[in-house]
Amino acid sequence: MNYYESNDLKKFAEVGRFRKELMDKFFEYYNKVTGEDGALTKREKALIALAVAHSKNCPYCIDAYTTQCLETGANPDQMTEAVHVAAAMEAGITLVHGVQMNNVLDRHGA
Amino acid sequence: MTTLQADSFAEIEDVDEFDNFEAKAEQANLDLSPLTIDTLQVNITKMCNQACLHCHVDASPKRTEQMSLETVEQCLLILAQHNAIRNIDLTGGAPELNPHFDYFVTEAKKLGKHVMVRHNLTVTLDGHPVTGESKVYLPEFFKENRVEVISSLPYYQEYFTDKQRGRGVFAKSIESLQLLNEQGYGKAESGLLLNLVYNPAGAFLPASQESLERDFKKELLEKFGIVFNNLFTMTNMPIHRFKSQLKRIGTYDDYMEKLIGAFNPCAAEGIMCRSLISVGYDGKIYDCDFNQMMDLQIEAPDAKTVFNFNFSKLSNRRIKFGAHCFGCTAGAGSSCGGTTT
Repeated sequence: MNYYESNDLKKFAEVGRFRKELMDKFFEYYNKVTGEDGALTKREKALIALAVAHSKNCPYCIDAYTTQCLETGANPDQMTEAVHVAAAMEAGITLVHGVQMNNVLDRHGA
Repeated sequence: MTTLQADSFAEIEDVDEFDNFEAKAEQANLDLSPLTIDTLQVNITKMCNQACLHCHVDASPKRTEQMSLETVEQCLLILAQHNAIRNIDLTGGAPELNPHFDYFVTEAKKLGKHVMVRHNLTVTLDGHPVTGESKVYLPEFFKENRVEVISSLPYYQEYFTDKQRGRGVFAKSIESLQLLNEQGYGKAESGLLLNLVYNPAGAFLPASQESLERDFKKELLEKFGIVFNNLFTMTNMPIHRFKSQLKRIGTYDDYMEKLIGAFNPCAAEGIMCRSLISVGYDGKIYDCDFNQMMDLQIEAPDAKTVFNFNFSKLSNRRIKFGAHCFGCTAGAGSSCGGTTT
């Protein structure tokens, strides 16, 4: 048994086994945000979600949003670029903290 | 994961559930009896110059099934006798590889019928895979007969197209589309209809027809100067070659669950078998091209072939449904003319 099973995604709603009203509110919000065209198209939202899924290392979301990207008409070039955006952001976030390191170095007169 | 709901995560435990289309329709209070017969869809050959991954006909250059001249003549007789049948939809394989294709088209036009040809684009450049006969005359022939050309192009980029239809198919399809454009096809003022067909390059549902059409029009025009009229999105049917592929990679059950989960009663009401009948190369009649390929014989006693065609009996038949019908009713629906909603 693995902790992450793809079939477990189908049990997502079961998190509402207790305090169902809280999960219902979440699903309503979630579906409104991701499931409709708005100022962003569903495809654009799916590409953002795919990037976030990678950045947060969520295998459920990678599975779901790879499919969602395909079903909203995105292609592998666009999806791969979205993953690179996530990777570049992660790298940038790490590197920009080098400023903090430099600040401390300066403070030490190093 | 388009929509998150408790119901959408329910597991379908019984595999037999897949073959429960009629129960699902009944549950939705749908009457899916025939409305009319306005289209005769005729599969005149299983031979094709291509051997695509998702082909429900299992067509390839090795197939030899061809409609005979006698059967073609009988189809023409039916068209002549029934004004209600306004459209003739020629498909295959590559229908242009039947030796009587040109005759069928020109005679159907003489009868005043609207002729549609499921043209795979590459046959124009590849020619006949066995005899080597050239087919470069096709764009001009289509124009002379004012045929509606309906062509599969899985995507506006090479990757998905070649993955599904074979290496080099995208480049040849583009060249062939340009030849059709040269004849005026796809240009509003010409009245010559060039419609493209998209189907997903895997086990997923098609994106919205409108948004994909916008993408196809923009990309094909900008990159290749190509114009066309409409894009039809079709769902991959879980039968034959595609079904085998899904079974092989272990995703058949997931795909069926997806189709069943996306069952749309509105899409079901518009399914194509309610207004057309399908004819096989040997003259046998079926509810649709998919039933034909699965050899699901039509339920119309004494009217099972073009040689004992009976409009009234066929209009009052009970359509034969199966698990594959969930492919036509998922999401926005799927038919030879695109979505059904």
